[in-house]
Amino acid sequence: MKKVLLGNEAIARGAWEAGCHVATSYPGTPSTEILETIAREYTDIRSQWSPNEKVALEVAAGASIAGARALASMKHVGLNVAADPLFTFSYTGVNGGLVILNADDPGAWSSQNEQDNRHLARASKIPMIEPSSPQEAKDFTMLAFELSEQFDRPVIVRITTRIAHSQGIVEMGERKNVPVREFVRNPQKYVMIPAHARPRHKFIEEQFIKLKEYSNKSGINRIEWGNKKRGIITDSVAYQYVKETCPEDSVLKIGMVWPMPDDVIREFAAAVGELYVVEELDPFIEDYVKALGIKAVGKEIIPLLNELTPEIVDQALNGKKITSLVSDYKTPIPPRPPALCQGCPHGFVFNVLKKLDLNVNGDIGCYTLAVLPPYSAMHTQGCMGASIGMTLGFEKAHGEEMARKTVAVIGDSTFVHSGITPLIDLVYNRGTGTVIILDNRSTAMTGHQDHPATGKTANGEETHELDLELLARACGVKRVVKVDPKNTEEFERVVREETAAREPSVIISLRKCILKK
Amino acid sequence: MVNVIFAGVGGQGVILASKVLMEVAKDRGYDVKESEVHGMAQRGGSVECNVRYGEKVYSPLIEKGTADYVVSLEELEILRKIDYLSPDGAVIVNREKIDPAPVQTGAMSYPNDIQEWIKSRVKQAHFVDTVGALKEAGSKKALNIVMLGFLSRFLEFTDEQWEKAIKSLVKEKFVEMNLKAFKLGREMKSS
Ligand code: SF4
Repeated sequence: MKKVLLGNEAIARGAWEAGCHVATSYPGTPSTEILETIAREYTDIRSQWSPNEKVALEVAAGASIAGARALASMKHVGLNVAADPLFTFSYTGVNGGLVILNADDPGAWSSQNEQDNRHLARASKIPMIEPSSPQEAKDFTMLAFELSEQFDRPVIVRITTRIAHSQGIVEMGERKNVPVREFVRNPQKYVMIPAHARPRHKFIEEQFIKLKEYSNKSGINRIEWGNKKRGIITDSVAYQYVKETCPEDSVLKIGMVWPMPDDVIREFAAAVGELYVVEELDPFIEDYVKALGIKAVGKEIIPLLNELTPEIVDQALNGKKITSLVSDYKTPIPPRPPALCQGCPHGFVFNVLKKLDLNVNGDIGCYTLAVLPPYSAMHTQGCMGASIGMTLGFEKAHGEEMARKTVAVIGDSTFVHSGITPLIDLVYNRGTGTVIILDNRSTAMTGHQDHPATGKTANGEETHELDLELLARACGVKRVVKVDPKNTEEFERVVREETAAREPSVIISLRKCILKK
Repeated sequence: MVNVIFAGVGGQGVILASKVLMEVAKDRGYDVKESEVHGMAQRGGSVECNVRYGEKVYSPLIEKGTADYVVSLEELEILRKIDYLSPDGAVIVNREKIDPAPVQTGAMSYPNDIQEWIKSRVKQAHFVDTVGALKEAGSKKALNIVMLGFLSRFLEFTDEQWEKAIKSLVKEKFVEMNLKAFKLGREMKSS
């Protein structure tokens, strides 16, 4: 049977068909729908939102080493958070297949940066495969479990926004019955003391050679011969743009981007007149090809910034002229940037922060939009949880008075993700700053997922509800105030009082997101 | 190959409209691909879906200058997508105006020459007034399906095929309303 599926739904389906037993994630565009689909449709996989990506990967690695097939899905910056387990579970290897689904966001549609995580495969020595369509998203997810078990390596499946959020026809199959393997104690493999890590490093390098042979011989890196005057090496969604705009040319489609297929690249390069590399973001393939001593044209004509589009490829490779109608329209076109919903609880908060003219260290969530007019009330923002540590940094730079005019602003889900350790730091290192937790009872920006402080699991089951007030007190914060930001006067009074206090305080600004059911 | 862009504002339901179109095309045996926008960009910002169907579709994105139809659920949004239209393509624009933030704050004004300008540049331009149809359908939420109904006049699929696709994608309690909305859109007048 054929169905139209979103790339992310196809990955969920692939995990299910591959007999995956455990799936973990933390919501993050463009990866969120993978775990959502599993939790909704494939309930024979035990699925969960973890507090953050590091924990998600550790739970998946635990499940794998205990014998299950496990999937951890996350966005590109989530894999930064999970980089610590990533690099060392590379050493332990797996028992049941372990697949890490990494979703990059070229164009930074919904992210704080456009990092290219193909580099992480190389750095962590973990094989990486890259689907280029929804059908391949399913097939490659299934293949990843096989490769993981065959080579005793975790496997990263890398997608990008245009794979995650594009739909296409997918051939549906049945679920494979894969029994959970036995857990066999093997400290030499699973306990990474230095004496064990060194031989495991050797093992990885040996597997790397075998994987390179796979990369060369399996057909996952595929030459599609056309006219040999021009050959194009490409991967991921860029492959589709190349096929669309250069139908006559020869194409080497990279499906396994790490390890790279040296022999196939050499064969291809030797057979074509001119060699081009078309890839989004960094010159990852291009640099590799050039390091093999092969001449190729890449980033000279293909932009390194932003995502690619068919017209960018058409212009670069075919010199196509694109005419613009709208450039002829002389009336100014008002932009329509994303904005907080009408009646959003965050709006009340930022009105007050703006009025009090405080320095606002922001964080990741809908509320980051407060940097834009009409609020224009956010002054720093970097990554999940950074608001609190940065607020302490502000105080360390300028002394206590700085803490009187500075606040950290962080959402409930983001606080649970990465805000607890910096709050401990703020108290431990004698900071006196104020942290405002915007508790809207959900992970709103990615689609209102539950998290540990909502008392519901990914499957909608009731569970313990993390008490943020108690938690703050346990970190050593004596001044913890809960207040409804819609009560503007009260809220303003609390902010004035808490920022004035010469000791750490946490304001829990409690009001449910208007879109959360 | 047929290329369709649905443009609109977050919350107007462009994704459902493209899903229905993909479903009919798939049922007719075509290859289909689509690309859509999620996440931060959805929060009241401009949104779009690209739908393509034909014998074999590679790119999920439509190349500039090659869209056969650009369907805009909001008047201003057509300007952001007009460069995608092919020289022989048609635009279908809902005349509803939703003020973007700079207009709300008074920093900019909503252009009032859009229809005139588009008509002077595009051979096939259909501006539609959906207020009546939405009233009759009984829900403003049906805008996406009303617009799809209007688009359907230009496409090869039959009433039955559309009906089947809508039924397979819409929650049961909304099927009737959406079928009605589709029919109203299919018969709607344009200016
Ligand atoms: S989704 Fe919720 S938190 Fe996000 S902007 Fe809308 S109301 Fe605010």
